[in-house]
Amino acid sequence: MALCNYYRKRKLMDNLVGWWIRLMVFLVVALPLFITASLLSKSWLILGHISLPELLFSSVWRPLAGEFGFWPFIISSLWVTFIGLSLTAPVCLLSAIFLTYYGSRRLLGFMQPIIDILAGIPSVIYGVWGILVIVPAVGKYLAPMLGYESPGFSIMAGGIVLSVMLIPFVLNILIEIFRTVQHDLLDASLSLGASKWQTIKHVVLRKSFAGMISAFGLGLSRAFGETIAVLMVVGNVVGVPENLFQPGYPLPALIANNYGEMLSIPMFDSALMFAALLLMVVVVVFNMISRRTIIYLESRQ
Amino acid sequence: MWWRKLEEKIVYFMMLISVASLVALLLAVLLSIFIKGVPYISWEMISQTPRGGYYFGREGGVLNAIVGSLYLSTGAVLLSLAFSLPLSLAMNIHLRTRRKTVNRIRFVLDILWGIPSIVYGAFGFTLMIYLGIQASLLAGIITVGIFIMPIMVRGMDEVMKNVPVHLIESAFSVGSTRMEVAFRVMLRQTIPGIVTAILLAFGRGIGDVASVLFTTGYTDNLPTSITQQTATLPLAVFFQLGSPIPEVQNRAYASAIILTVIILIISISVRMISKKYHKII
Repeated sequence: MALCNYYRKRKLMDNLVGWWIRLMVFLVVALPLFITASLLSKSWLILGHISLPELLFSSVWRPLAGEFGFWPFIISSLWVTFIGLSLTAPVCLLSAIFLTYYGSRRLLGFMQPIIDILAGIPSVIYGVWGILVIVPAVGKYLAPMLGYESPGFSIMAGGIVLSVMLIPFVLNILIEIFRTVQHDLLDASLSLGASKWQTIKHVVLRKSFAGMISAFGLGLSRAFGETIAVLMVVGNVVGVPENLFQPGYPLPALIANNYGEMLSIPMFDSALMFAALLLMVVVVVFNMISRRTIIYLESRQ
Repeated sequence: MWWRKLEEKIVYFMMLISVASLVALLLAVLLSIFIKGVPYISWEMISQTPRGGYYFGREGGVLNAIVGSLYLSTGAVLLSLAFSLPLSLAMNIHLRTRRKTVNRIRFVLDILWGIPSIVYGAFGFTLMIYLGIQASLLAGIITVGIFIMPIMVRGMDEVMKNVPVHLIESAFSVGSTRMEVAFRVMLRQTIPGIVTAILLAFGRGIGDVASVLFTTGYTDNLPTSITQQTATLPLAVFFQLGSPIPEVQNRAYASAIILTVIILIISISVRMISKKYHKII
């Protein structure tokens, strides 16, 4: 009898925990839908008043007059992301190749903590660093050197700070991807008399081309959503910037800056939620494509 | 032939420079913050809340923000643990034989992992309105908890994936229920990895601004209950730096040092834990 109870108790516990687990799995899997639904329901108001193309491509931003054109913010976001990514890409690519194929295990052991710490530094700290170092450097040296005038707080400064933040993120993925290239291929190429760099150039880079693009795709989606560090150095002036040394106003910064005043005007509130939705859609689409590619590549070998 | 060798040399040189630049960048970021902030850091900064006139450069410290941040992240980690632990156990034990389902869940988690924190902030804000709660520690905990959940699951899943299959299977074969395998075998095997994942998530939670900007509010007092507003350290850095008064700005640099030191302590402990237990797992 006692034994029977004991078994029943174990069975009951197992079932209870099983249901807890099922509930949690369901909640987590449904979370992206919750987020999309809540943002969509909030931005329904503005989508009903202004057509989607006008929202996206008009550059008139007068919230008090009920005119919401997101083009200045979208273009700022695109430029900041583009600069960030194009500065990060070569550094990450070269470092990843070096750490995977040239460096010793000891070097990788030394570099891994450094990459981890770079990845762990909060974005507000990068923002402070940007204000201390990058903003004056852009305003006083870089812009005059290229023949522009700049207040320092500019799209360029945002891009540079962003590029530093992206390095650990992209680098880790690239190292991961280079590791999946089969060693047989390398050995075959080397045994034919190709030098190490030739092997990397013609075998590794070609073999992992899709993976590299996905790594940059993930970096892009990370860059697109980065808020506070960029906000601190980018200047936050509404308007389509004339050149990269002028202040810009990316989408995340728009949301973060206007939170206080948005509640009083329902339309403004809705517009900001639309901005968040837009941000999420762009990021998720890039993420999905890149992840799918990486999963495909990993399953192929 | 010579140009090939030259090409190899040039590329090698460029690679060396980019690896060295990683080290240089880390040093540059840390040094510039420390050099700027160290003169203004004092015991007063850490041990006192802002007094009257603090934001005009009078006395006080950022204790409210330090305590607020610690409360917020601890709460968020606990909340997130209630989701991430069962989820990662489920993926590695209950759904072990259904690879397709597990891969789909991993894919969803990857998507969640990539969503920027400002979007979580906006979502947390709408959730707050639906639930009818004010900007408070509680709202912050919910938002940050959701935001760090995928980070935590990824860390846990990573260690649980590497637990030898025969260990799990032999536990099943002597008649353990799934729950017993989960808690008595899997959990015990992966405790160091789980602690690492928790610490990483804690670090991410304590450093993020965009998710708490909408949800926690800001106050000079120490929070005494979860329904009160609270200050956080990154937000304190951000606000003080926005002030036109130099003394207040200097305190922003000092606060930045405090935040950096917390993050560095977390980083180092993660490293030490994973080094110490690396062989056991």
